[in-house]
Amino acid sequence: MTERLHTMHDPADQLESHTLAPVRKLVFEVKDLSVSYGAFTAVRDVNLDIREHEITAFIGPSGCGKSTVLRCFNRMNDTIKGARVHGSVQYHDIDLYGPTISATQVRRHVGMVFQKPNPFPKSIYDNVAYGPRLGGLKNKAELDQLVETSLRGAALWDEVKDRLKSSALGLSGGQQQRLCIGRALAVKPDVILMDEPCSALDPIATARIEDLMQEIKQQYTIIIVTHNMQQAARVSDRTAFFTTEVNTESDRRTGVLVEFGRTKKMFSQPVDERTEQYVTGRFG
Amino acid sequence: MDTTISTASSSPLLADLSTVSGRRRRKNVVMTLLMAASVAIVAIVLVLVLATVVSKGWSIVASEFPKWFTKDIQLSPRRPGPGMKAAIVGTIVATVTATAIAVPLGIAGAVYLNEYGKRSFFARTLRFLTNVMAGVPSIVMGLFIYVFWVVPRGVDGLNGFSGALALACLMLPIVVRSTEEMLRLVPQNLRDASLALGASASRTTLTVVIPKAASGIISGGLLAVARAAGETAPLIFTVGAAKVTNWNPFSGTNTSLSLQIYSNAKESFPTAQERAWGAALTLIVLAFMFTFVARALSSRFARNSDS
Repeated sequence: MTERLHTMHDPADQLESHTLAPVRKLVFEVKDLSVSYGAFTAVRDVNLDIREHEITAFIGPSGCGKSTVLRCFNRMNDTIKGARVHGSVQYHDIDLYGPTISATQVRRHVGMVFQKPNPFPKSIYDNVAYGPRLGGLKNKAELDQLVETSLRGAALWDEVKDRLKSSALGLSGGQQQRLCIGRALAVKPDVILMDEPCSALDPIATARIEDLMQEIKQQYTIIIVTHNMQQAARVSDRTAFFTTEVNTESDRRTGVLVEFGRTKKMFSQPVDERTEQYVTGRFG
Repeated sequence: MDTTISTASSSPLLADLSTVSGRRRRKNVVMTLLMAASVAIVAIVLVLVLATVVSKGWSIVASEFPKWFTKDIQLSPRRPGPGMKAAIVGTIVATVTATAIAVPLGIAGAVYLNEYGKRSFFARTLRFLTNVMAGVPSIVMGLFIYVFWVVPRGVDGLNGFSGALALACLMLPIVVRSTEEMLRLVPQNLRDASLALGASASRTTLTVVIPKAASGIISGGLLAVARAAGETAPLIFTVGAAKVTNWNPFSGTNTSLSLQIYSNAKESFPTAQERAWGAALTLIVLAFMFTFVARALSSRFARNSDS
């Protein structure tokens, strides 16, 4: 186990995790992951581990494949034509890309929040109830209860409890994004993937989402892709830095994982020169 | 103070900012008038058509009021008097049957093209054929059904259902194209949201994509219906020439308002011509009703899904 935790050869991290923080259970183990779209390789040779009840941030310049890797965790890449995944993604020691695994079932365990708030053009209630109803929940009282706990979980309940039947599109951008988080929580997932969840929001709404992430990480494992390095530094426990490398055979760029470790260390004393340049703002 | 103002008003910057050349102003006036004139010409043509049909058709429709809608058609074109019930019923029977065939098929086809087939070779071929089908003249659709459906069945083949088949062939490409356009407008992020919650592709299509596009799908479908209701050519070879009311699409010859306009207008008798105008007025009112329903329904769905 200890061997596998430190694929990035990071003795300081090892020391820290042994002395200061408890070693948390692994949720995802990514081994030699590459994703290609047709002949184009978007990202290659990614190895990293995601631990339970932690926030892992993916940072890096545009096109470095961080969203692509994120979308492997709930198999959303399946919806893109021509996308192929090599290597393995283990979820609690189960191969997510195994022959018997159903992508729709995976997504009930691994929820996702997108860059742009995308509530359905339905009522607030129906948005949150959408996932549970898919799972076959019909009982009105149970649904009501689940909608309430989910919206409370997303710190939105007090703002919308009197207008659950009105359209979700009437909410502000920040409220819509919290609704999308609540909608994801209602499925009772294990992991929540967030793909730049704050990039369409103002600083106040962003702060609320960040606070929310700290609250829900007690119960969930969170992976967040962000363009905002300060955000990664503020919210995450671990950070993975991706960058692009120019292919030798073509001039298209392929994403690679440069460094992965504890956020504090990544931002204060990164091992790789490229990470240092990126986090200090000299590149990317 | 005074001097400052006068200096300002005569400054070259102010002059530069205030001047609108006479040429530009004239151009603006001319172009605005031109656009207004185009609208007026279109409107005048429309009003003239309506006024002619109403003035010529009103008397027979209104003369012995309910009879126009309750009596069958005069057997002899020479005899005066109202009665167009057979044609009104025929139009409704053929159009409703055609809608029942073409709308579900067209929507299903469009869902396949936009949600499943996408850019695949098969889907692109289907899309191309649909576009070709939309360009086929309606009389060719009528002949096609006549040759492949009516002729093998002989006289029994002339009925409302045959006419509906021809109309459905005409409606199908319109429904497919308008529905696919509407589905394409549904943002991908709504599909992603549904898929990410663990919904299957079919569930996503049924509960998110189609409801979102419903208003556009309905208005597109009903415009196809209105179009079919006014078609003559596909019916000439397919429904026969009945003068009595026949609600059954599957047996017995039928007729339609458009066919009655066509056949009565050909006659030299004033009585027949009057009937043709009456049928024209009835058809226009019917088409208006379709359009009105289309608008009401689609705006209702638009309210439900957008606000």
